[in-house]
Amino acid sequence: MSGQRLQAEAEPELAPAPLSVRGGGHDRAGRVFRWLATGSGVLILAVLAAVAGFLLLEAWPALSASREDLAAISWIPDDGSLLGYVGPLVFGTVLAAILALLLAVPVAIGIALFISHYAPRRLADVLGYLVDLLAAIPSVVYGLWGGLWLAPKLQGVWGWLSDNLGFIPLFEGPAATPPRVMMTVGVVLAVMILPIVTAVSREVFLQTPRLHEEAALALGATRWEMVRMAVLPFGRSGVISASMLGLGRALGETMAVLMILSPGLTYSWALLMAGRHQTIAANIALQFPEANPLGVSALIATGLALFVITLLVNMAARWVVSRRAAFSGAN
Amino acid sequence: MKPHRQKFGMIAALGALALTLAACGSDDPTGDATTDPTTDAEQGTSTESLSGDLVGAGASSQESAMAAWVAGFQAANPDVTISYDPVGSGGGRTQFTEGATDFGGTDAALDEDEWALAETRCEPGTAAELPLYISPIAVAFNLPGVDSLNMSAETIAKIFNGEITSWDAPEIADANPDVELPALAITPVNRSDESGTTKNFTEYLAAAAAGAWPHEASGDWPVSGTQSAQGTSGVIQTTQSAEGAITYADASKVGALGTVAVKVGEEYVPYSPEAAAAVVDASPLAEGRAETSLVRELERDTTASGVYPIVLVSYTMACTQYADAETGALVKAFLTYMASEEGQQAAADAAGSAPISADMRAAVMEIVDAIA
Repeated sequence: MSGQRLQAEAEPELAPAPLSVRGGGHDRAGRVFRWLATGSGVLILAVLAAVAGFLLLEAWPALSASREDLAAISWIPDDGSLLGYVGPLVFGTVLAAILALLLAVPVAIGIALFISHYAPRRLADVLGYLVDLLAAIPSVVYGLWGGLWLAPKLQGVWGWLSDNLGFIPLFEGPAATPPRVMMTVGVVLAVMILPIVTAVSREVFLQTPRLHEEAALALGATRWEMVRMAVLPFGRSGVISASMLGLGRALGETMAVLMILSPGLTYSWALLMAGRHQTIAANIALQFPEANPLGVSALIATGLALFVITLLVNMAARWVVSRRAAFSGAN
Repeated sequence: MKPHRQKFGMIAALGALALTLAACGSDDPTGDATTDPTTDAEQGTSTESLSGDLVGAGASSQESAMAAWVAGFQAANPDVTISYDPVGSGGGRTQFTEGATDFGGTDAALDEDEWALAETRCEPGTAAELPLYISPIAVAFNLPGVDSLNMSAETIAKIFNGEITSWDAPEIADANPDVELPALAITPVNRSDESGTTKNFTEYLAAAAAGAWPHEASGDWPVSGTQSAQGTSGVIQTTQSAEGAITYADASKVGALGTVAVKVGEEYVPYSPEAAAAVVDASPLAEGRAETSLVRELERDTTASGVYPIVLVSYTMACTQYADAETGALVKAFLTYMASEEGQQAAADAAGSAPISADMRAAVMEIVDAIA
């Protein structure tokens, strides 16, 4: 990602040179390409603006509706507060995404390092291919797998956690049967974002300058010390970018959450109890079919909240990456 | 997510088929393939067979039944194409009142505003609501070795409200002296999406369980912190996956789960199509509605013998008059088939619904016959 951006920034400086050499009208292909590229760039902005505009416009009836009107929708709290409805959804969405990230990133870094620096060449190729393959599995399949196969297997683990670590609010028991809980969702989401985080991290680790690595080894570092001193610092911002990509996917994931979670609208930390959490995307998919026009508008308002969260996350990621750019492979 | 609009390929019919467009009160609307067109001549009507497209949308509860109706009707009328989009009751009402569909399905009766919109849409005729789909809702549980349990409305309400938490609680044990009940925790499972099944089930609990159910009837489950899943298949799958779980669902979908015989009066009534249809007949028409609206005020707390009170009635919306006479004729023929014994049986076979009674059929046909 960062590399592409740098290229794009460099382009304006390089582009005029060949044009002036060839002289005005002859480089038609170049100009057409330039307009096409500019057009594509503008199109992205236009689509983004159109989505934002659509969300605002469609959410407006709910945003401006009276509390009485909103309270008439059966799944909105009786006090008719839209904020009171969106709040727990935002909490659940962020909780699920962060949980997935905490579970996935360490494993992803491990796999990426193994592929880039430990595995024999041939095995690394096969592994890399397999990881990419994981990314191609549709989320509804993950949902089915998580709900039907994985959840029953996790029952015992969650029961053990709540029995032995129940004093930690996160593992407060009793663990729900069947385990249609946030913790299960976190595990399945982690599996879903693992490929993207791994793939990007692997590419970044492979970019580590050979000289850095060999210098570390020449100074007597073991392989682990070399990874710690040369590879990880170099790849840090790349890993953060990768994590943010994963976070984006986890935030918006719909089908898997819809199929696994017993939803509820609270600000509970109890990851092992049913009916406590819900995410925005899954909630929209769940309530949309039977919603009346105002209900649809309220759901779109929650979509607007998700849009804002995603923008904030991406901006935060950009900021983190740019702050660390000086020490890393991003430049 | 939702299956796409189902279109059944036209099935080639053997032999000539003639159907009078204006024939009244025929119990066999699909016609007899050997009917001689000339026999209709005396009525002075066209003898062309039906053709054209009908578009419907609405309640997903009717989906399987509608598929059977469409297949049956199209088999008899190969030039007719009918589609039904199971978008949900809300969407069905909106699309019908906006005139986007020719007919619609809805689990809830049209409210006053919607009825006004529907009347405008159907001008110069009026709208009609016909109870053509009656589906028993079973209370199903996962207890290995137990196929049936007796429960009163109070017991069911307390279980789903989280007040009775163990299967060997005295309320359950006393009603089932012959069953050995395990000391297992009860896990109530409800629908996580807004649904007609939930609305009808909570309506029953609110009406029949007296004070034991402190919540109002609602399409959205009123108790929080529960196990829940999306759709009928979701709650069934969740219940199957956990011993001790109990849920409510369309009776035809409960599979191998045990079911509850509900206390009505002094006896316990297991669900059956006949018992479910009986409660609709035993209930009065809702007051203050148009003559073309056959909405029933279901008597959930009935004490009549042999009646199963937990049912979902899904209505078919149509106009009494269509701007396009051909559409009117098609709707009339299709609804006649849906209401016929054959059509109701087809739905029962496909969707496990309860066929409507002869009295109900007579009332429905009075309205359908007037469609033009």
